Amino acid sequence: MQQIIPLIPALPLLGFLLNGLAGKKMGKNVVGALATGVVAASFLLTIGLFVMLLGNPEPLQNNLFTWLQVGSLQVEFGFLVDRLSVWMMLIITGVGTLIHLYSIGYMHEDEGFHKFFAYLNLFIFAMLLLVMGNNFLMMFFGWEGVGLCSYLLIGFWYTKRDYADAARKAFIMNRIGDLGLLLGIFLIFQQFGSIAYADVFGSAGLVDPTSIGLITLLLFVGAMGKSAQIPLYTWLPDAMAGPTPVSALIHAATMVTAGVYLVVRASALYDLAPDVLTVIAWTGLATSIFAALIGLGQNDIKKVLAYSTVSQLGLMFVAAGVGAYGSAMFHLTTHAFFKALLFLGAGSVIHAMSGEQDIRRMGGLRKTLGTTHWTFLFGTLAIIGIFPFAGFFSKDELLAQVFEHSPLMWALTLFSAALTVVYMVRMYTLTFWGNFRGSKHQAEHLHDSPSVMTIPLMVLAVLSLTSGFLNLPAFTHAQWFSGYLTPLLGEAVHTMSVSTEIALLGIAFMVAVGLGLWVWKHYQKPEQVPAEDEAISGFAKLTGNKFYVDELYNAVFIRPIEWFSRLLYTIVDAKVIDGLVNGMATLVSQLGFGLRQIQSGKIGTYLFLMVAGLVLLLLFNVIW
Amino acid sequence: MPIEYYLILSSVLFSIGVLGVMIRRNAIVVLMCIELMLNAINLLLVAFSTYLGDGHGQVFVFFIMVVAAAEATIGLSILVLIYRNTKGVDIHQLDHLKH
Repeated sequence: MQQIIPLIPALPLLGFLLNGLAGKKMGKNVVGALATGVVAASFLLTIGLFVMLLGNPEPLQNNLFTWLQVGSLQVEFGFLVDRLSVWMMLIITGVGTLIHLYSIGYMHEDEGFHKFFAYLNLFIFAMLLLVMGNNFLMMFFGWEGVGLCSYLLIGFWYTKRDYADAARKAFIMNRIGDLGLLLGIFLIFQQFGSIAYADVFGSAGLVDPTSIGLITLLLFVGAMGKSAQIPLYTWLPDAMAGPTPVSALIHAATMVTAGVYLVVRASALYDLAPDVLTVIAWTGLATSIFAALIGLGQNDIKKVLAYSTVSQLGLMFVAAGVGAYGSAMFHLTTHAFFKALLFLGAGSVIHAMSGEQDIRRMGGLRKTLGTTHWTFLFGTLAIIGIFPFAGFFSKDELLAQVFEHSPLMWALTLFSAALTVVYMVRMYTLTFWGNFRGSKHQAEHLHDSPSVMTIPLMVLAVLSLTSGFLNLPAFTHAQWFSGYLTPLLGEAVHTMSVSTEIALLGIAFMVAVGLGLWVWKHYQKPEQVPAEDEAISGFAKLTGNKFYVDELYNAVFIRPIEWFSRLLYTIVDAKVIDGLVNGMATLVSQLGFGLRQIQSGKIGTYLFLMVAGLVLLLLFNVIW
Repeated sequence: MPIEYYLILSSVLFSIGVLGVMIRRNAIVVLMCIELMLNAINLLLVAFSTYLGDGHGQVFVFFIMVVAAAEATIGLSILVLIYRNTKGVDIHQLDHLKH
């Protein structure tokens, strides 16, 4: 059984190669079927491994070959499939398959169809390596791989300047985080003498706490970049420029959760660094609230979802920061389902609206887009935490864990969850209720998506409804998911009384329902449609412009760097370096010009020079 | 007669030869001046040979005379050819080898 492990990432890689090299000749149907097929096959293989691990929690190892051997560093190209990584693999390949299927419909008219699927397959391959590796270098390899693929996919329509810029922004912002991750890995090697998970986590207690603190902090910097936490979050909303299935894949199921995965994977280290955990929790909380506030003022359907993702990732980090790694993973899972659903649903709406993304020009779509509306409603209910949808359970567990840690933090987290209700219901209502506000042309072409697109929506809707039951609240003692992760993360401790827990549940539920209904009613009125950008003021303007963070970064980092670069260009490059190089050339050519005068071919000159030389030699001899 | 006289005469002859080579433009005169320089050296060799009572120097003189004769022959033949081609033996005009 161990032998099939390498097949799981190899299949998408094969799909990438086939589609990338020969996709143009194969025809769209073959390309789409092949790309979806390889990921589906990986999914089936993963299910096999998952069933095995259900029976026996012993991790599966598979070392393919020695990848690197330099000095005392030996790195295996090896896979580690334990209950954590197999869970991630299920999400990646499972949701990945649905997104591939959906893309067949969504990208059907696109010229770069085969290229798109090749990139998607490569993305899945890189993401699988990231979670399956048994050492930090493998993770880093996958980490950079998904970075590259996100660059390729965000900038897929690269002929549009803005899209290419967004791709670059994502790439560069991620590099900042990656520097932290890389330094962390170097430090791990310096302290542990190895970067294999088994060695590092096994001997974590033997290393001095300062180093552990520094390592975990640096790893978290990497996670900040990938999982879009303050201050490295601004790339993610811009990354919406890419095709919508990409947004779903990158923002919901895979890449952005890599940071959470990293923290959970390295939990053995993080447990030894409580201060760093505090930093993570507060960073996550600040990100969550901040992004949710920005989400309130956005009118682009995908931007709202993007800030929502940033916000939800923040919640996962809050959970990880209070040591509730299982809750973080649980929320990651349910979020993967409902956020993928919401993105794909948004894609379906955009598809029907002929590319329109502004919710101010939508409205009333529930009549024409039946399936999309229902599935989108499921996703919305799931993310705002309405019983019995998935988000209710995962968010409740998260909140309960945070409450045990600190009631203040719980209140703030609840505030963030309440903001989620506001911006999500606002978007849902403006999109699907009220009267249609688009153009006449759009109204005539409104149609539900083809079944290749609606089937993934329906599957994800069912998952959004049911996946919460993986882990019921603690007092029910029906916590399958916690039990599943116990061999890895240890037994979760619940000190909370049942009444407290039910009270917390009730508060969260009341907030979600009450606020949700109020926002729903509020935004159905025609006069509540958000004003045009020029007409807004005050807080709405502030949130609509994302608190001017991009402008701040522009002023603090980009402008000074540009100014300094220009300075370096005019002074160092143009004057010093060019001067040096050109001066060298001028010197040589001048020397040649001078020497050429001597080579005149005139015998008289030669003789004169000869005699003069002799006379000089003689004089020199005499004087000496 | 003291050896210094020979040295002075030889130096004067040699210098006249050098000066001639340098300032004259007629190739034949230049060749003659070279002969003059060679003979200044011959004179010197003979003088030292006698002064030291050693025959080696005189042998060298014969060699130099032979070589000088041969050289003059070749030099003059070349000059004749040059004259035929250019109608002149001004060395300042003879810079074709440069190209």
